[in-house]
Amino acid sequence: MAGDIQPIVMPKWGLAMEEGVVTAWNVAEGATITKGQEIADIETSKIANVFESPVSGAVRRIVAQIGETLPVGALLAVVADKKVGDADIDAFVAKFDAALKAALAAKASEKKPEPETVEITGGRKIRYLKLGSADGPPIVFVHGFGGDLNNWLFNQEALAESHTTYAIDLPGHGGSTKDVGAGDLASMTAALAAWLDALKIARTHLVGHSMGGGVVLQLAATKPDMAASATLIAPAGLGPDIAMDFINGFIEASRGKKLEPVLQMIVANPELVTRDMIEDVLKFKRIDGVDAALKKLRDGLFPGGRQAASLRDSLAKLKPPVQVIVGAKDRIIPAAHAQGLPGNVKAHVIETAGHMPHMEAAAEVNRLIAAIAG
Amino acid sequence: MAKKTYRQAINEALRQEMERDPRVILMGEDVAGGLGAPGEQDAWGGPLGVTKGLMPKFGRDRVLDTPISESAFVGAAAGAAAMGLRPVAELMFVDFFGVCFDQIFNQAAKFKYMFGGKAVTPLVIRTMYGAGFRAASQHSQCLYPIFTHIPGLKVVLPSNAYEAKGLLTQSIRDDDPVIFFEHKAMYDETAEVPDDPYTIPFGEANVTREGDDVTIITMGRMVNFCNQVADKLAKEKIGCTVVDLRTTSPLDTETVLETASETGRVVVVDEAHPRCNMAADISALICQEAFDDLKAPIKMVTAPHCPVPFSPALEDIYIPGPPKIEAAVRAVMGHA
Repeated sequence: MAGDIQPIVMPKWGLAMEEGVVTAWNVAEGATITKGQEIADIETSKIANVFESPVSGAVRRIVAQIGETLPVGALLAVVADKKVGDADIDAFVAKFDAALKAALAAKASEKKPEPETVEITGGRKIRYLKLGSADGPPIVFVHGFGGDLNNWLFNQEALAESHTTYAIDLPGHGGSTKDVGAGDLASMTAALAAWLDALKIARTHLVGHSMGGGVVLQLAATKPDMAASATLIAPAGLGPDIAMDFINGFIEASRGKKLEPVLQMIVANPELVTRDMIEDVLKFKRIDGVDAALKKLRDGLFPGGRQAASLRDSLAKLKPPVQVIVGAKDRIIPAAHAQGLPGNVKAHVIETAGHMPHMEAAAEVNRLIAAIAG
Repeated sequence: MAKKTYRQAINEALRQEMERDPRVILMGEDVAGGLGAPGEQDAWGGPLGVTKGLMPKFGRDRVLDTPISESAFVGAAAGAAAMGLRPVAELMFVDFFGVCFDQIFNQAAKFKYMFGGKAVTPLVIRTMYGAGFRAASQHSQCLYPIFTHIPGLKVVLPSNAYEAKGLLTQSIRDDDPVIFFEHKAMYDETAEVPDDPYTIPFGEANVTREGDDVTIITMGRMVNFCNQVADKLAKEKIGCTVVDLRTTSPLDTETVLETASETGRVVVVDEAHPRCNMAADISALICQEAFDDLKAPIKMVTAPHCPVPFSPALEDIYIPGPPKIEAAVRAVMGHA
């Protein structure tokens, strides 16, 4: 029965991803897998990551060969009950391929979502990407120091299936203004609030990473009506420690060779850092005004090599639901900052992750965000 | 990010720097076109339309059509630079440098040194180079080795549209004379180019491919050929590192030596004639500084020591294209 057959397909990690390569299979045909199990390694031109199975069951067919470049949506493997006959599996694969070809042909003429820009106070330009459309408060993603809206490539599309989502570039980053104001957490928070006003978003589920986590926390503390919930991922603002060798290395490295070990600090598995990721950061750093913006942020956020803003005390008073997600192997902000939080804050520690749990354990983080955002 | 052509990227760099700094001016033959004639103004925008649209925006005071006298306007540009402007002179084809070489190598290149470091000469000379355009012997040469030879000049060879915008912006902001080489076969090639201004520093080579077996060192249009070869050979498990020098002066000797030592097998690809070219220069550097790391003799892939032929069939053979590069990589791999 074809109804019992489930496809596992090439995922779409971010707007730019059109194809990917399975570089390793961690399961063999005949194995029984569970949803969320790391079944393969997938590499795109931008990024390499483990691929977690979206389904549970017996792997009846591995379709994707190692090293073969396949489009997003292509069949990687087939999961089906052991009772299903091989002929039915063959028929399923053939039918799937035909349907994919038709879908790809139709998609070629479709318009892809593109980031937009809006002016906030002071004529400053803020770039953002909107994906998905649903009732209820939207989810807003706020990146960390040196990042941009593309950092949410494993999260935004997934959550856009059930929510309206926005990812923004904070001032000094991505396609936004390079004017960072005072260069401290308050000025970043004011920019986020101004952007929410500009888009007439009254209430939102806030998701912030690192510096963006501090921004989100400060917004939730100062404008509690705006926050439907807050998810703080490896957030700033919960303790004094910060790896200044990362911050300074990020600012100073102008060559790929020097930047690579710096970027590898942010993840538990250094292989996640690809050539294209390094190249994208270098390209960002070459833009006029970025170097000055990053230095101003460094001096505003981390004077004397310590985090300036202490927001820990504001956590207990927060009305909206709050959760903190950290990676146990975080080398930028210690995971210990998530210890001893007030009772209203749920803390989740992901053992395998470093400073980027939303990339390193995307499926888990997406589940947690979906749970708090309802 | 928007895809832009090499031509658009250069035009955008010029426009943004002219907006940013009123001292930046353009001069050259038909950089606008139509001066003194009753017909359409800005009819040309340079022989291949690279500067099109800049005269209407910035006016004739900043976009100067000059007489067909390279010795006069390149000299004038050097003088204007010495007196505080930041001229970008366009010398259609690098092949024409012969008539204005005194202004460049005896004047502009020497001011800083001869005036005790007190004179700055922020002059950029944009010029077209390279074969493949069916433009015969007098409009197809490379000649960047000649400029690389002269102390006091900086020599820039962008390999794609992204590189072109960042390197040209850097050239205009640089206080020394810069010769900026645009390959005439690349103007319609596209790459993702940021809308905002950005700079790529001089003397920092770009490693465009990483592999463990062979190091290919190159510049300009040849970078794309070498990347193609590297991608093809990667499927056969031959790993190539490709180094785009970006600037031949200053030269990133650190990256050259490091990548040469890492693989021990080196191919240098240079579109210029083989005698006294960049391939010879870089091979000599590696032989002196990294000889003990070499596992095979260095291979140079260059044009032959003859003028660029007008015959299309011969011109195609003349260019050191992907088949020749691939053969050289296989040759250094085969050397036990």
